[in-house]
Amino acid sequence: MERGGAIGNGTWRRAALVAHVFSLVVALAGTAFADTPAGAPASRVPKPGVAATAPGRCVEDTAFMRRNHMELLRHQRDLTVHDGIRTTKHSLANCVTCHADAKTGRVTGSKDAFCEGCHTYAGVKLDCFECHADRPKAAVANAGAPR
Amino acid sequence: MMSAAGPPQGANCSPSGGSAAAPAASVEAHTPGIDHARRQILAWGAAMAGVAIAPGITLFDLAHGRPPAEAASRTKRWGMLVDANRCAPDCDACVTACDKENGLPTVKTATSAQWIRKVELKDMRGQAKSVPMMCQHCADPPCVDVCPTGASFKRADGIVLVDRHTCIGCRYCMMACPYKARSFVHEPVTGQNPDVPRGKGCVESCTLCVHRIDRDQIPACVEACAATGHKAILFGDLNDPTSEISRRIAEVASVQVRADLRLDTGVRYVGL
Repeated sequence: MERGGAIGNGTWRRAALVAHVFSLVVALAGTAFADTPAGAPASRVPKPGVAATAPGRCVEDTAFMRRNHMELLRHQRDLTVHDGIRTTKHSLANCVTCHADAKTGRVTGSKDAFCEGCHTYAGVKLDCFECHADRPKAAVANAGAPR
Repeated sequence: MMSAAGPPQGANCSPSGGSAAAPAASVEAHTPGIDHARRQILAWGAAMAGVAIAPGITLFDLAHGRPPAEAASRTKRWGMLVDANRCAPDCDACVTACDKENGLPTVKTATSAQWIRKVELKDMRGQAKSVPMMCQHCADPPCVDVCPTGASFKRADGIVLVDRHTCIGCRYCMMACPYKARSFVHEPVTGQNPDVPRGKGCVESCTLCVHRIDRDQIPACVEACAATGHKAILFGDLNDPTSEISRRIAEVASVQVRADLRLDTGVRYVGL
């Protein structure tokens, strides 16, 4: 009886420790993706060095876009290619227009670029820009002849 | 001009003058600032101005463009009519314009994609004709029949396209096309036109400048040909009997290339 009670007590302690560690990990992961308020101490967790160039809000909530932008793009691409629906709200060209880097004018090409930066951070292959232009239309016109 | 401006002003007097005065006053109480009689006049004016003053000529033409949120409709079938008698043998404005519009390489190699090419045809007497050849946008396209993934497809308005998201680059469609209209992209591509995504490993061909059609513009080759003054390519809706292309096809003898295959091509030729 005593023995059994001791074992039960130890299990509880271990469970509590695991729960604490888990909540700490969740909190750290949360800060990695949360927008740190000004003046808050910087997290030791590295963050993707991306920032939206254009001021204002994205077409959907930031949290929603982080998790679901690929679904929106996949839906829009089928509508555009097969039905010729060319609304701009969820189009890739619209993403590129706002999110192109202020210095390079592109969404790929460096770890600071909006798309490539976060995809490199998350370890997710980004193959949109093997075919799609990674810069807005005005920038393409100035970039010279295609190869 | 006179006929359109006159009647609405005349019509304006009768309803607004007598009978409409009392109801208008009661409506005004609920929605101040809206003059319903004036709105009615404007509506009549717009209706009259849109009336044809001669067949095919209206005072102003409402935009025919489809709104961006509306899908392409099967009521239209886009096509081209190429006049071999107007096409100049030494001119390649259509090819250059196509390359520029679609971001194709300007420096050609053995493996470069060709969406449109100039071909020279000689008959038995040695008379030569030069015409552009491109995807003929068949109503029954063999490339669509053979595609194993469904990437090659015909849009509702008759434009034959490749969905590069689904294309696996097997090149079966290139084998099936009797016009050799399709190309495979062998090399990595950079500097694409944002409207025309294209990249290594996919088959591609003339899209009839689908991105321009969706914006109610004509294909780049047609525009360039008209700019040179040759006006050898006519673009329009084959389903609309009043369109210029349909009327021209009704007037003059036109042919489909390899008509024996009965593919019902969207691109027709005159003077071949």
